[in-house]
Amino acid sequence: MRQQDFQHRLRELGSGLYGRTSTWRRFHIDLPLFLLLVMLAGAGLVVLHSASGGSAYYVQRQLAYWGIGMTIMVVVAQVSPRFLARWALLPYLVGVLLLMGVLVFGVGAKGAQRWLEVGGFRFQPSEILKLAVPLLLASYLGRCALPPRVKHIVVALALVGMPTVLVAMQPDLGTALLIAVAGVFVLLLSGLQKRYLFGAAAAAAVAGPLMWAYGMRDYQKQRVITLFDPYSDRLGAGWNIIQSTTAIGSGGVSGKGWMQGTQSQLDFLPESHTDFIIAVLAEEFGLMGVLALLGLYLLVVIRGLWIAVQAQTMFSRLLAGSLTLTFFIYVFVNMGMVSGVLPVVGVPLPLMSYGGTSIVTLMLGFGILMSIATEKKRGV
Amino acid sequence: MHEDNAFKDPGQDYRLFVWRVVAAVLVVMLLSSALAWRYYQLQVVRHHEFATRSDRNRIQLLPVPPTRGLVFDRNGELLAYNRSSFNLMVVREQTRGLEQTLSYLRNIVELSDIDIERFQRQLERRQRPYEAVPLKFNLSEEEQAAIAINEYHLPGVQVVAEPVRHYPYGEMFSHVIGYVGRINDREQAEIDQRAYSGTHVIGKTGVERSYEDDLLGEVGYEAVETNSRGRVMRVLERTDPSPGQNIHLYIDARLQEVAWKALEGWRAGLVAIEIETGGVLAMVSRPGFDPNPFVTGISQSGYQALLDDPDRPLFDRNLFGQYPPGSTIKPIVALAGLERGTMGRNYRVFDPGFYQLPNSSHKYRDWRRTGHGWVDMHKAIVESCDTYFYDIGVRMGIDYMHQFMTPFGLGERTGIDIPGERRGIMPSRDWKTGARGQPWYPGDTVNTSIGQGYMLTTPLQLAVSTARIASKGVILTPRVVQPSDGVPNEPEGRIEARSEHWEWVLAAMEDVAHGERGTARSIGRDAAYRIGAKTGTAQVVGIAQGEKYDASRLAERHRDHALFVGYAPADNPRIAIGLVVENGEGGGSTAAPMARIVMDAFMELYPELDGGELAGEVIKVAGP
Repeated sequence: MRQQDFQHRLRELGSGLYGRTSTWRRFHIDLPLFLLLVMLAGAGLVVLHSASGGSAYYVQRQLAYWGIGMTIMVVVAQVSPRFLARWALLPYLVGVLLLMGVLVFGVGAKGAQRWLEVGGFRFQPSEILKLAVPLLLASYLGRCALPPRVKHIVVALALVGMPTVLVAMQPDLGTALLIAVAGVFVLLLSGLQKRYLFGAAAAAAVAGPLMWAYGMRDYQKQRVITLFDPYSDRLGAGWNIIQSTTAIGSGGVSGKGWMQGTQSQLDFLPESHTDFIIAVLAEEFGLMGVLALLGLYLLVVIRGLWIAVQAQTMFSRLLAGSLTLTFFIYVFVNMGMVSGVLPVVGVPLPLMSYGGTSIVTLMLGFGILMSIATEKKRGV
Repeated sequence: MHEDNAFKDPGQDYRLFVWRVVAAVLVVMLLSSALAWRYYQLQVVRHHEFATRSDRNRIQLLPVPPTRGLVFDRNGELLAYNRSSFNLMVVREQTRGLEQTLSYLRNIVELSDIDIERFQRQLERRQRPYEAVPLKFNLSEEEQAAIAINEYHLPGVQVVAEPVRHYPYGEMFSHVIGYVGRINDREQAEIDQRAYSGTHVIGKTGVERSYEDDLLGEVGYEAVETNSRGRVMRVLERTDPSPGQNIHLYIDARLQEVAWKALEGWRAGLVAIEIETGGVLAMVSRPGFDPNPFVTGISQSGYQALLDDPDRPLFDRNLFGQYPPGSTIKPIVALAGLERGTMGRNYRVFDPGFYQLPNSSHKYRDWRRTGHGWVDMHKAIVESCDTYFYDIGVRMGIDYMHQFMTPFGLGERTGIDIPGERRGIMPSRDWKTGARGQPWYPGDTVNTSIGQGYMLTTPLQLAVSTARIASKGVILTPRVVQPSDGVPNEPEGRIEARSEHWEWVLAAMEDVAHGERGTARSIGRDAAYRIGAKTGTAQVVGIAQGEKYDASRLAERHRDHALFVGYAPADNPRIAIGLVVENGEGGGSTAAPMARIVMDAFMELYPELDGGELAGEVIKVAGP
């Protein structure tokens, strides 16, 4: 019942705002989503300031990333979903080719080849696939009659599988899974029959132990072991989880206060301004801060799904739904790993963690969402 | 509301999509609830546990070492204090490579291989990372400046001021005060770790060791907030350490200096005792050594040089040196004889220059080959006639001699408050059976009665026994350090002897210095006060029967030891002296003049006022 209230209120709020400010729609900006993003940006900068020990450097750079991200979002919002559907194959092909390039020419870091260097500019091709895979799948499945038939499912799985395997070979299992998840969400939303769902669940139950035995690298196994018993490796892999749970737990209900978190300010918390920034928030703003942030994220998810439901074409619906749910998965995986219930897979907290790549990719996705949200007007 | 949309859109695929979105929303809510539950568990249910762990993470208790108590002489002259030493410390984790840093430092600071070696050793023993380890002590101002200039090139290198023990008198007090040094592994195992946390040194010898507990003080603590690299960010609370107690010696540094100079050039030990208190007025063992290098760790070569020195400067002759007391023991033997009734004041012995046991042809020689003729007790002491003492010793027997003489502090530890003193030997039948597995022969008694044979004493024991004679039997334990409560030492007992027996012996000792034929008449002749004394000579090598002692033929190290015991002023004894000069040959010629210099200085520094009041009575002056 709660989610219905939210949706109801949002719709009223949304229509009220649109009624008065049609300028927003003219520029293809979904105001509720935009406001939520601004609030997240503000919250992120406040926490980042503390997480980086009061350094102006990180805050200024993050502000710059936000500027770039917002610009990209607005630009992408102007592109019509039809255009995206038509050219969906292109970013996918480019992405896959680059992934192959990474395996051959890639730059290594920490025992994995993830980066491609072009003219002194480093980037991770796997980021492209996070958007390209759901884009292509939505385009492909949007044209078929739903629910998809076996043939379509097989093709769709193949399209998801190729980049997933390529990224997993880098090896970057975390990103590979997130790419796969984005594709699988399109399939699920497209109305995949229940028997396939149960079949996949059964297959996963069998594949899991096999993966452990043959498919996982030592560092990946270590992460899983550490997850279940962080104290087995206090100063190595377990250190991060011990320190982050300590930070979170010591925050209590109302937190130690902004810039007062001893775990984060005294450098006990690793990666405090990137992947583990939620621990800083939890320590300094307590459970209330965590729930407030989670609430903001849920509003974003609700708004995204509402946009999906309201969208004009099946392509738009599938794409909007998938992007939104993937966004939530990022949140879930990050908050889960920092609090010690999921393995440490190196997923940043969306829109909060410091880093340009993550913000640009996410804002690109929100640009697409806005384009879809405002499509109706164009169609009329 | 989904139904609304579904009805608007006739497509079955749209309805399917909406249902899937509804399912997705449910899953999102479920997962979010799981997250919220997890954070609730951590932040509310287990908050206390994590709050404690967070505090343990950041708060550390750092020990604040107390300042070591100071050592003063009886007049408040500072003998041991703590001064700031600027030490070069290295935090390995902060350097850009240890080798590189060390080679850079070598260019601007003089670093010996010993310094490096000791540094490496301490680095291995370090208990936690980011702990600074000393590389070099006592940097000169030039070196400090050089490091300051090159600071940029030397991350992890710091100059830290640390209190370091200093002994301004150097060699002069080396054996008495001793020194402190780095705590070694054996000491580490024995000490109370808590009391020494933060303290790097411990008393190794002398007063520094025996009064370690008083000097150390009570360690303080600082609760500090540290970051994950152990660096202190701020101090949360502090318990101040309480400094160690200051210690006042009975020793007068001026008198010590006089004695030190008097013994210059000799291997010798002198102990002067204040008869009234048992306090040690001066205690000099020559040669000495400078204790200061030991504080920060003496170099191997420096230490080896001290060990290899044939004069053995590290050896405290006053406590560890055991010498045959020779003739210095004769006044006590005489007193024993009087008490035993072996002889009276007028008992006489004819000395032909040797003594023979009944039914034996073996001749025990007198030091004067021609003999002293008819000798009574007074003359025997004044001229140091051996034959007389052979006679009364044999007639008295070793059992009584041992029983009577032991309370004078012979053959047992005096109990002085400096560690390690030797007990010497006051031989007895039991002792010989135990130590040698042999029966006691009459010849042993002959030798013992003139302080030769098995008998051994330390210079300290000579001084103590002399003080006990001079005070007519008052037994006081010798003390270097004055009692902190100001309550004077209580006599532990009294050696009982008839008053006239004391008088006779003391009168004889006075004539040793002032009599016409006294063996120490050279020092009594021009003295402004009366001295009681006894000289002695101790053989270093045995001389065969019928052979003559010829100093010129003997190697310097084989010459006799010169001994002297004495007290002054004779009519009201205040100072007693025991002195051994190794290979000094003549007790009267070599040792007595040295003791006289010390006595003169004492009489001048502490002149006797009318009514027997002492001018220089122990003055305690609070130290700077």
